[in-house]
Amino acid sequence: MRKRRSLSDWLAPTITAIGHRMIGVIESCGQFLLYIKQVLRQTFARPFRRKLILQQMLFIGYESTFIILLCGFFIGAAVSLQVGTIFVIFGGQSMLGAVNAKALARELSPLMAGFLIAGRGGAAITAEISTMKVSEQIDAMEAMAVDPLSYLVVPRVIASILMLPLLVALFNLTGQLASYFIARFIFGIDEALFFDKMAKVVMWTDIGAGLQKALVFGAIIGLVACRYGLKASGGAKGVGKATTDAVVSILLALLGVDFLITYLQIVW
Amino acid sequence: MIEFKNVTKIFGSFRVLDELDLVIPRGKITVILGKSGEGKSVTIKHIMGLLKPTSGRVVVDGQDITEWDEPELREYRKKFGMLFQMAALFDSLTVGENVMFPLMEHTQMKQAEMQARAEEVLRDVGLPDIQHRYPQELSTGEKKRVGLARALSHKPQIILYDEPTTGMDPLVSEMIDKLISDVSQKSADLTSVVISHDLKAALDIADHVVMLYKGRVQLAGSPDEFRKTKDPVIRQFFAGKVEGPMEFF
Repeated sequence: MRKRRSLSDWLAPTITAIGHRMIGVIESCGQFLLYIKQVLRQTFARPFRRKLILQQMLFIGYESTFIILLCGFFIGAAVSLQVGTIFVIFGGQSMLGAVNAKALARELSPLMAGFLIAGRGGAAITAEISTMKVSEQIDAMEAMAVDPLSYLVVPRVIASILMLPLLVALFNLTGQLASYFIARFIFGIDEALFFDKMAKVVMWTDIGAGLQKALVFGAIIGLVACRYGLKASGGAKGVGKATTDAVVSILLALLGVDFLITYLQIVW
Repeated sequence: MIEFKNVTKIFGSFRVLDELDLVIPRGKITVILGKSGEGKSVTIKHIMGLLKPTSGRVVVDGQDITEWDEPELREYRKKFGMLFQMAALFDSLTVGENVMFPLMEHTQMKQAEMQARAEEVLRDVGLPDIQHRYPQELSTGEKKRVGLARALSHKPQIILYDEPTTGMDPLVSEMIDKLISDVSQKSADLTSVVISHDLKAALDIADHVVMLYKGRVQLAGSPDEFRKTKDPVIRQFFAGKVEGPMEFF
């Protein structure tokens, strides 16, 4: 005769599974914090790898310029069209440039540039490092007494931190340029009015708030992309998985951290 | 001299090394034999301090490296050269940059000196004038030889070869084996440790042979002792037969 299972029989495995999952998450967080500590230590340790940092700045920054300019223009244009259409209803279209500039500076530019660099630079970083991992190149580096954190991770993280604010600034500029064209040629807003309202509403602190986010986003992209690369295993499939996981994790982290920084900027 | 004193290494529930006692003499070529999964690669990772034993001690040139921290181990690893199974050359660097890598990282040599040294070791492995090529432009045998040149460039005291002839055709295998012998003969103090499945090569080039089985030393001795042994496990391994006392898992 089959024995009926009690509620505790059902609950125990579920609670155990949740517990294991939570322990796993806490363990991963702890390991990531330790990794950040090691990267920080290596950042200030010799040798200072100027050439590698410049190479990475070229890759993450310079080689991403075109895509940033293009996306900045189209996003600035699309937002301006949307906002302008609503403002026309109650005659506030002169505020178009100001609203667009504020939205770009504080929120859209850092987040969109972060997404683009995560997709382009972050994915490439993870793919490159994970390929090195599965083909024993990282082991070879360790065997030659070279710390992969110092040689691979630190230059990429520094380059990412330095370049993202510059890319965000470019995104701001082209986004606002697009807004100007939309305002002038679609909504017929006077040029002087456009810039006057913008100057009154958009403060340097707005631009600074966006650049603060860019610095943090740069660190997240560099750190997470390298981490997934170093943890990769299992050949070509492992490289693909590491790259996908890295990009998804970076995007989620950017969204979460963006909210947190926005909250802190508003509260403080 | 490299000594393993009662070294046990456990991964999860799998005991790879089981109270292993092993001596690798200085200035000789030692070949470590054993079927796949017997802990040969784990053994060389212990020698380099890339893995720590679960219990027991690893002593290299009289220094117990078991409890050393990472900065100490990094300094210690500078005396090693290693040839990896698939060469593990850095894709993003040219052949010359690969060979100069240990020199760039650990010496104060000028660029011209490093290039001269790279050219010298590349000539030693029979590959002159390829400094500007990239690893992806080389054949497997050439990659192995560049890997060997990289391992030799900084004049290591101990050189480790992880299955140097696996996947090579007989001619390239012969050439790699000859290179290993030549390199060892050129420097009387150089300790070479070769991990291999290749019995013919092992007995041809080795001064000292060690056979690992079930995480322990089944037999250690000269190539002649191996040729003459009546140990059924070693005879079965030499004969390459599935039937016999050797367990497969």
